[in-house]
Amino acid sequence: MILDQVKKNFIQQKIQDGEREDGRGFFDYRPIRIQKGFVPNAEGSCLAQIGDTKVLCGVKFDVMAPFADRPEEGVFMTNAEFAPLAHPDFHPGPPNEDSIELARVVDRGIRSAELLDVKNMFLEEGKVLGLFVDLYILDHEGNLMDTAALAAMGALLDTKVPKYEGGKIVRNEFLGPLKLSDTVVTTSFERIGSQIIVDAAPAEETASSGRLTLGTADGDLICATQKSGRAGITRPQYDEMMDVAFQKHGELADALKG
Amino acid sequence: MVEKEDLFKNGKRWDGRTPTDLRTPLAITAGVLKRAQGSAMIEWGKNKVLAAVYGPREVFPKHLADPAKAIINARYIMAPFSGLDDHGRSGPNRRSIEISKVAKHVFENAILVEQFPKTMIDVYMEVLQSDGGTRVSAITAASVALADAGIPMRDLPVGMSAGKVGDAMLLDLDKYEDNLGDSDIPTVILPRTGEILLSQMDGMLSKKDVNDAFDLMFENAKFVREKQLQALRDRYEKVEAQVQGENA
Repeated sequence: MILDQVKKNFIQQKIQDGEREDGRGFFDYRPIRIQKGFVPNAEGSCLAQIGDTKVLCGVKFDVMAPFADRPEEGVFMTNAEFAPLAHPDFHPGPPNEDSIELARVVDRGIRSAELLDVKNMFLEEGKVLGLFVDLYILDHEGNLMDTAALAAMGALLDTKVPKYEGGKIVRNEFLGPLKLSDTVVTTSFERIGSQIIVDAAPAEETASSGRLTLGTADGDLICATQKSGRAGITRPQYDEMMDVAFQKHGELADALKG
Repeated sequence: MVEKEDLFKNGKRWDGRTPTDLRTPLAITAGVLKRAQGSAMIEWGKNKVLAAVYGPREVFPKHLADPAKAIINARYIMAPFSGLDDHGRSGPNRRSIEISKVAKHVFENAILVEQFPKTMIDVYMEVLQSDGGTRVSAITAASVALADAGIPMRDLPVGMSAGKVGDAMLLDLDKYEDNLGDSDIPTVILPRTGEILLSQMDGMLSKKDVNDAFDLMFENAKFVREKQLQALRDRYEKVEAQVQGENA
């Protein structure tokens, strides 16, 4: 706790002097690495890394009953698992508020942008495709949100729609790639003192008083937001963050293509 | 049943409001519960939310205590009978856990938590009847409950929502506008600092849309804040009258 406080003061002082611990600019991401098809047994998968943070996303289809109010639409669900091997403070157990928040913000971006054509996931009366997006946090070295959103988008880009026959999914036989209408990524900003930075490293997250995540879609559109943490955000700060997020959208979308 | 095309026609919303009208009633009553340290009931449109505060009190479980400040425990939850649809499930779900988390962050900002180290302040928000915008109603009520409990704050957080239906930016969405419309932007503002303490959003919005929504909400937050202050004034006038009655 005392060490945390020392580190926090150090980071805050550095940021005030216009520097980050690892020498990056305030709006620079760490190197991004995308590995699609990491789990060939899943219908889609992607291991996304920002710096040393690693999030694996697996996409699986199942046949399921539709929701009563949307009988002709497929179902899409996002879940996040904070694997205990990823961080000393992660413990096995039911999802906590952090993992629920992470999954719901990623979900919100994808849903708002209508990235998936859920109408195309109808199979027959009372049966639709369910698409499960599972986010596995494997190594927590800061900025889980953006890494998870990249992993999800990467996995969806990698997803193939399976063949459906005799009321069942035929595994390993595919109709073709999943159609996606957009690119959805997130840019998370942390506020340290009065400065805003992107892609915080762990020590920077400790020094941060709050975060704003902006989910973006192609064409300079915001598709999800989430403010988290104690700090408030002023209108001019919000404005600047939207501009930066639109700019970062291009960089992150490019990283996904590779 | 309201359909999407009925939501906004000829400059009027389906319930007769203009784009910038808040729902009526917007009535807040402070001190509605006997046992809680502070409480408030809000009726905002068809929403009814009860908020109550306990603390600062001993932290449970103990190891969560922070030697530098009070920890805030916020619980937003919807009663299973609160919606127009089927009976909901009792207890927290993923949505309410997420909302509880961001509500907690709002109060961590507003409350002078450094004044109460090693303690816990519980803020409970129970949605009894829901009609869209329940989280902002709940936080608006909880702010009054905190003040009613005598807990020092930088200012009263004010909850607002706005969203787009077609091309129109509408203030204070109800259930139909939220469900059938194109976006929802629940926001909590701290009027004194002009800061945004809660910002969640779904939909597809340009930078201009977001700023239009904020303009609308910041402008109308003053009115909601006045309702909060009035609730507190009414509460203490009542207490004063009671005390004078007892002394007479």
